[in-house]
Amino acid sequence: MTTLIIAEHDNAALRSATAHAVGAASKIGGDIHVLVAGSGAAAAAAEAAKLAGVGKVLLADASYLASPTAENIAATALSLLPGAYSHVVVAATGFGKNVTPRIAAKLDVAQVSDVTSIESPDTFVRPIYAGNAFATVQSKDPIKVVTIRTTGFDAAPSTGNAPVETIPAAPDTGLSKITGQELTKSERPELTSARIVISGGRGLGSGENFKILEALADKLKAAIGASRAAVDAGYVPNDYQVGQTGKIVAPDLYIAIGISGAIQHLAGMKDSKVIVAINKDPEAPIFQIADYGLVGDLFEIVPAFTAELG
Amino acid sequence: MKILVPIKRVVDYNVKVRVKPDGSGVDTANVKMSMNPFDEIAVEEAVRLREKGLATEIVAVSCGVAGCQETLRTALALGADRAILVETDVELQPLAVAKLLKAVVSDEKPDLVILGKQAIDDDANQTGQMLAALLDWPQATFASKVDLAGGNATVKREVDGGLETVEVKLPAIVTTDLRLNEPRYATLPNIMKAKKKSLVTTTPAALAVDVTPRLVTLKVVEPAKRKGGGRVADVKELVAKLRNEAKIIA
Repeated sequence: MTTLIIAEHDNAALRSATAHAVGAASKIGGDIHVLVAGSGAAAAAAEAAKLAGVGKVLLADASYLASPTAENIAATALSLLPGAYSHVVVAATGFGKNVTPRIAAKLDVAQVSDVTSIESPDTFVRPIYAGNAFATVQSKDPIKVVTIRTTGFDAAPSTGNAPVETIPAAPDTGLSKITGQELTKSERPELTSARIVISGGRGLGSGENFKILEALADKLKAAIGASRAAVDAGYVPNDYQVGQTGKIVAPDLYIAIGISGAIQHLAGMKDSKVIVAINKDPEAPIFQIADYGLVGDLFEIVPAFTAELG
Repeated sequence: MKILVPIKRVVDYNVKVRVKPDGSGVDTANVKMSMNPFDEIAVEEAVRLREKGLATEIVAVSCGVAGCQETLRTALALGADRAILVETDVELQPLAVAKLLKAVVSDEKPDLVILGKQAIDDDANQTGQMLAALLDWPQATFASKVDLAGGNATVKREVDGGLETVEVKLPAIVTTDLRLNEPRYATLPNIMKAKKKSLVTTTPAALAVDVTPRLVTLKVVEPAKRKGGGRVADVKELVAKLRNEAKIIA
């Protein structure tokens, strides 16, 4: 039994989601190999090699993998499969959601998406209906292809020392080409791995008003997120969205500000350890899941909160 | 240019679902059913491309029970030209749906297939990518903007760090994200007209596709209830509780 993990990285560094995928694969048992497909990605491969439990890192380096397309990543992964692996595990990030079904379909096997718990090598738990139900499913396919929810599994620590083996990349499929990127620049911690997340909703009223969250976020060293309503209204970019179809977060502390708490939003944050809600509407559904609810005007409360932290 | 738009009938997004007492699944009897919201965005995008003169025909297709006819009529009212139902009572999983759609694509030969990125019932986010794989077509998933020119689609995609632009050769698969467009409402005259549009029914057997489920659902349970509802009177109490009770801030 060997699991293949497809690493997510930007060539220079490995994304933390990959360490969670290794953590999940450790629950399956057996050996773990990590595929790092990129261009000049030796540094990312070296990081992957340190993750505890990894037996081998496979480095596929080619110029057309610098900003890899789903088509090219899938082609290289498929050149290693089938036969050699019993499982494919990828973190259910934007990257994993894009690439993994392409691999599963080519293998003619089902994919189990967004797994939160591994019961046995063929049995997995996953949320359905925006997390309003959890299904335990058993795969009857010869290769189990799963994406894992990073908040469901601890990251593997960097205590290992696996060998890095260079493998040939599959030829460029030529089907698609990435021609541009507009990435949000931020000095703050990454939303999905931050210890504290502060999210704003429609109650903020404008993009300009999100600035009052920044002062609080600076004090708490927090990441900033948003509800769908705030993103749709154009207050903040799409990558801030927390929820069923956005990012799933489970920080130690989640502070929801001016967010009413639609079930689609709750689906993305209700596993947070401690939830604080600040909203002027005492009937807002967010209060039903909040450990500490504070009813009032966020434009008075948030600056006072920041000041109280000293 | 022809566009194929696959749509799924799902429990309406406003319905709070209940797990069946025997743990066999979610209770969908007598629950309001609607078109998957991401698929409404897909239909809207196809209609806009036709309105811009970039597409000539829109074919809506659904796979599932006879009730899907109702959802297809909605797509026709929103602007699709005709509809196909692949009818079956078997529980369809994403790989099976992708195989059925591949067979429909072989018959219809569209230049573009636009699907919702995810269905809000099983939250799988697989079908579009799987269809692209089975057809060996390029995929542009999680689209927030689609431009067609010179046999290519240029698609702005929502990615974890922001936006990414990908250029794909047609024929291609596009899956929709929330910000692609705001779907229109069906008008009464268009709902009436939709009743007269063509809706043909076929079956997995007629398309020679094996739709046997690969995943067996062993049980479905409700999530652990979160104990919430705690209140604090003011900011001082909030900060004191976070420091001394939750011990989460210094």
